Amino acid sequence: MPTTLFDKIWAAHEVAPGLIYVDLHLVHEVTSPQAFDGLRMAGRRVRRPDRTLATADHNTPTDGTPVARLIADQLSRVQVETLERNCAEFGVPVYSLGSERQGIVHVIGPNLGVTQPGMTIVCGDSHTATHGAFGSLAFGIGTSEVEHVLATQTLVQKKPKSMRIRYEGDLGFGVTAKDLILGTIGQMGTDGATGFVVEFAGPVIEKLSMEGRMTICNMTIEGGGRAGMIAPDETTFRFVEGRPAAPQGADFEEAVRQWATLKTDDGSVFDHEIVVDAAALAPQVTWGTAPDMVTDIASVVPDPQSESHERALHYMGLTAGQPIQELRLDRVFIGSCTNSRIGDLRAAAEVVKGRRVASSVNAMVVPGSQEVKKQAEAEGLDEIFKAAGFDWRVAGCSMCLGMNPDIAAPGERVASTSNRNFEGRQGRGARSHLVSPQMAAAAAIEGRFVDIRDWT
Amino acid sequence: MEPFETITSRPSVLMRDDVDTDQIMPKQFLKRVERTGFGEFLFDDWSREDGWDLPRTQVLVTGRNFGCGSSREHAPWGLEDYGFKAIVAESFADIFRSNCTKIGLLPIQLDRATVESIADSDSVQVDLAAQEVRWEGGQASFEIDEQIKHRLLNGLDDIALTLQQGDALSAYESDRERSGPVTTAL
Repeated sequence: MPTTLFDKIWAAHEVAPGLIYVDLHLVHEVTSPQAFDGLRMAGRRVRRPDRTLATADHNTPTDGTPVARLIADQLSRVQVETLERNCAEFGVPVYSLGSERQGIVHVIGPNLGVTQPGMTIVCGDSHTATHGAFGSLAFGIGTSEVEHVLATQTLVQKKPKSMRIRYEGDLGFGVTAKDLILGTIGQMGTDGATGFVVEFAGPVIEKLSMEGRMTICNMTIEGGGRAGMIAPDETTFRFVEGRPAAPQGADFEEAVRQWATLKTDDGSVFDHEIVVDAAALAPQVTWGTAPDMVTDIASVVPDPQSESHERALHYMGLTAGQPIQELRLDRVFIGSCTNSRIGDLRAAAEVVKGRRVASSVNAMVVPGSQEVKKQAEAEGLDEIFKAAGFDWRVAGCSMCLGMNPDIAAPGERVASTSNRNFEGRQGRGARSHLVSPQMAAAAAIEGRFVDIRDWT
Repeated sequence: MEPFETITSRPSVLMRDDVDTDQIMPKQFLKRVERTGFGEFLFDDWSREDGWDLPRTQVLVTGRNFGCGSSREHAPWGLEDYGFKAIVAESFADIFRSNCTKIGLLPIQLDRATVESIADSDSVQVDLAAQEVRWEGGQASFEIDEQIKHRLLNGLDDIALTLQQGDALSAYESDRERSGPVTTAL
């Protein structure tokens, strides 16, 4: 019987019915302290510290604070120090603040090569779906489940339903992976994929870089999906090859032979399938307080269709009919696990080069990891951003969720490359608009949203 | 985890759709390393709005796609600490639903009309064993995974149950060491 990519990975990881083995468990400071406490109280150990990797990202200041004990915010300091102490006690490798390998958990996993095709990957973070870009089954879990995985290296899990999102046509000029996923969520709604593991497919997906694929899978959760995945191919193998934790030499050749079998067979049946016309998409801008409240850059703020929409317009300080390109911005944030990789920074720098950030705008770039930061600096991207008036920060989740000091003030309008435009997400009363790195960069220069396709 | 017993309570109503976990438990409270005491921070931003009224009862009644967004278990912890034992909603986000069942908070999915009828009642009874919700003028059955139901009714710890399958796990693991992924030591 023909089977899907998801079926194949699921079957290979079933220890017993409804019990799934976890190949890689990523851990960060916010959703793990209570899990380690639980282990301690029950006298349990971490079953596979060698399949567990921790970093500090959600809470870390991006001002260059070199070590945890110097973090100014006392609660953040305690949380990062608690992570370090727990990892030392339970033998879990950790890249904390000050490590050259520290960064957003969904950036460092792929970049270190610990994320590999065919794996099951979990983390106490909903954006774990990111790793599905490698043809792995990756999803977010809660802290009780973090404790369960630490103790048993497994997860109790009923098999989700399967769904395929198939793209037709090519992306137009100036339209990116971010626009593709925002447009898709706009089409299916924030719960369109609830209960499903989603496979993204079609020629557009095959042509995307690994970074573009990660942006797509990352935001699966914003459409309600349990996990997003993309079949691994030559692009995937070349990305993984040579990374520090990737298999080496003959092991790599053997791994590629196995990874090449990770495809959905012709004739496989999905529980649900939708088709999206990629060619019809323009650059996207969200106007509301959920990721499916999104429209084209050339469009206007839409008429409210529900009470939620009316509430959103009120919160966002918008009225129906306002052209998107007339929305003036106070802040621009380029970063987050959605768009902070080297390819994202290159694309934004290309737009910014030789220009100046509008005087009314406070703009910042937060690289996804210390390694991405180093590489960007080796390429001179930091100089381009700084010359334009951007603030060049160190790695972390930063203003994506504002747990560290990087937050917007009440009423401030933010163009953000992150993944959530929820009320208060980037600061109480802050108004977030989600866009691609190119669109955010251009918006910083003009002080308002512009259509990257005809902007010169 | 405490065993789930039949409860009778006034419903506390929040008729909004797409309530995300950032609203349920705003990020500033995620810095705490404790597991208890989150109730006082529940809906911290929204609770400042005029007309906000969410009584501390045992049953929360709400709209579609409740608990979407972030996987933070701090949201269910807050709801539980506030006093809720069951949440009746038109639908739930996946991770949130799973997180609730891990701590003994029962998610009950019912159609919109039923949810609205319960929201209008003065008292609602939740009977997990019978998989039924009862209120004046109505009753409705709800679905729940058998294994989860068993665990909730008996207040069982998932980890202890899994560790009972230790032999299967060890066998799987030793096999996977030969055929599974190769990760070069960092």
